[in-house]
Amino acid sequence: MKRFGIVLAAFAALLALGCGAKAPTGVKFGVFEPMTGANAGGGALEVEGVKLANELYPTVKVGDKEYPIELVISDNKSDKVEAANAAQRLVDKDKVKVVLGSWGSSLSMAAGPIVQKAKVPAIGLSCTNPLVTKGNDYYFRVCFIDPFQGTVMANYAVKEVKAKKAVIIREVSNDYSVGLAKFFADSFKALTKDQNSILAELNYNTGDQDFSAQLTEVKKYNPDVIFAPGNFTESALVVKQARELGIKTPFLGGDTWETPEFIDVGKAAVEGTVFSTFFATEVPITETSKVFLDAYRKKYNKEPAAVTALGFDGYLVARAAIEKAQSLDTVKIRDAIAATKDFPGAAGMITLDENGDAAKSAVIKTVKGGKFTYLTTVQP
Amino acid sequence: MTQALFLQHLANALALGSLYALIAIGYTMVYGILRLINFAHGDVFMLGAYLAFYGLALFALPWWLSLALALFVTAFFGVGLERVAYRPLRDSPRISIMISAIGASFLIENLAVVLFGGRPKGVNVPTILNTVVNFGPVSVLSVSLVIPVCTFVILAVLLWVVNGTKTGMAMRAVSTDIEAARLMGVDVDKVVSFTFGTGSLLAALGGILWSYKYPQLNPLMGMMPGIKCFIAAVIGGIGNIRGAVLGGFLLGFIELMTVAFLPELSGYRDAFAFVLLILVLLVKPTGLLGKNQAEKV
Repeated sequence: MKRFGIVLAAFAALLALGCGAKAPTGVKFGVFEPMTGANAGGGALEVEGVKLANELYPTVKVGDKEYPIELVISDNKSDKVEAANAAQRLVDKDKVKVVLGSWGSSLSMAAGPIVQKAKVPAIGLSCTNPLVTKGNDYYFRVCFIDPFQGTVMANYAVKEVKAKKAVIIREVSNDYSVGLAKFFADSFKALTKDQNSILAELNYNTGDQDFSAQLTEVKKYNPDVIFAPGNFTESALVVKQARELGIKTPFLGGDTWETPEFIDVGKAAVEGTVFSTFFATEVPITETSKVFLDAYRKKYNKEPAAVTALGFDGYLVARAAIEKAQSLDTVKIRDAIAATKDFPGAAGMITLDENGDAAKSAVIKTVKGGKFTYLTTVQP
Repeated sequence: MTQALFLQHLANALALGSLYALIAIGYTMVYGILRLINFAHGDVFMLGAYLAFYGLALFALPWWLSLALALFVTAFFGVGLERVAYRPLRDSPRISIMISAIGASFLIENLAVVLFGGRPKGVNVPTILNTVVNFGPVSVLSVSLVIPVCTFVILAVLLWVVNGTKTGMAMRAVSTDIEAARLMGVDVDKVVSFTFGTGSLLAALGGILWSYKYPQLNPLMGMMPGIKCFIAAVIGGIGNIRGAVLGGFLLGFIELMTVAFLPELSGYRDAFAFVLLILVLLVKPTGLLGKNQAEKV
């Protein structure tokens, strides 16, 4: 009985320690990103942008009080189920005012119903699948959406690569990949005026490492171009294995390829691959771009990725919305975000439409000499 | 399907199957001696790959030295793991030691996330293993030619050790009845440590060869191969080394040939592995080469 009493006392003390948290004095922004798992590379890049913005603009003024902005990072582990939990933690336990993220449309979509129910606005940074914001008043994004991105790449395939036949390799368990593949396919068929110009659509799953079977099939079809929208983790291996099988066809992809890991893993194999993305440091668009680039180069001594610029922008949009709403009420903040018009972001001017999407221009890059190199910009 | 295409698919299947076989051998060896399904095997596989990578990246060792060192360090790690997580539970019910294995697996994975970082790392594969070799219309990566050779050499060596040496006799004795073996003067602790060391060495070798074929490291890279090779070992008859090799090849073949003949179902590739497992368990639960046993936890 005595031992039980001691255990009970210890337990109570532990509880008191945990519950005696200090009252929050700052405004909390939830950063909802994959920090581990397959998409950790992308998540880390976005967090870099958000953290940089937090360093440059650490406070927000409401009324005559200057509140420090505190970042709460919640790891969604690149997993849809964990994403729902991570988002729930942010809105319930941490009581954040705004959620920023996630890299990976599937993960953002998993959090969608949760932020909607909790009435906390969320700003997607680089998730491009239209379903993230469709029908969800509380989800916005500072980037373009896939119907546009698919068209951009289809245009490139037809006009620059002069392709007439294409094969699509997609990650069937990833909404982004499936969505973008569909938009590309529709656009490609329309541009080539040939309903049969997509020779095949081959699938793989998240986490797969062996694509030899699918690629051997591609070899059989012998297309002019291969569109493989998928996360950098699998795509680097897809391109490498394709080259190993002797497939010399050009590879086209989407914005998820722009991470250092893509070149680190793919090495010589990914030379010459072309993909669309949001921002190129060679082409700074607004004043904010210059501020962002200077700060980033000073801190990290290298060039930033596009999604880092978007992370920077997401933070700024959220902060500006709170200042415009002059309130810490999440519903009012949401309304202010929805009214964002001509906001100068690092990755371009941001105006959110009735769905909460931004109409931005796309940048096409390639891998040359082991580095991401800018090719051209495409206006919406 | 043209003959060239078929041959290419066959070559792919052989390459993948031999890799699965190599890793399955380690699983089955530990089960055979200890009746323990070492769920941490996949994570030891991951550790081996990371250690070889760091040997190259941090210490600039030549790749074969890095490989050899990684093998031995992982073997020691395996022995240490056994001492800490499994030996204290040797007299407990079988399920406790299995749960400990699962716990060890989570621990190693999350430690790896903390120590190595969650972002994937690209492996610098040594050039002789990274060249494409062409046999007419069929292209294979040179490392894919090395792997089956390794698998069969190790199979031969292990069969010789288990059946032809005194250590092997001790291993078979411990496998049959651990208490009786102890009474007969067999140093059970040493035998178990040796088994674990060898099993971990094989896992590390599998991991390093895997990382040469799919040059991307991440802390959770051992999970799927671990499960697949566990399936391979069970299909072949868990506890049986030849069975593990058979299971590995079978799994590799079925996985790739189904995609070859039914490319529309390529997204269901992993599902085929699990369906195969269910079929084998329904029809012959002891596995293709396994012997009948009363209870297997």
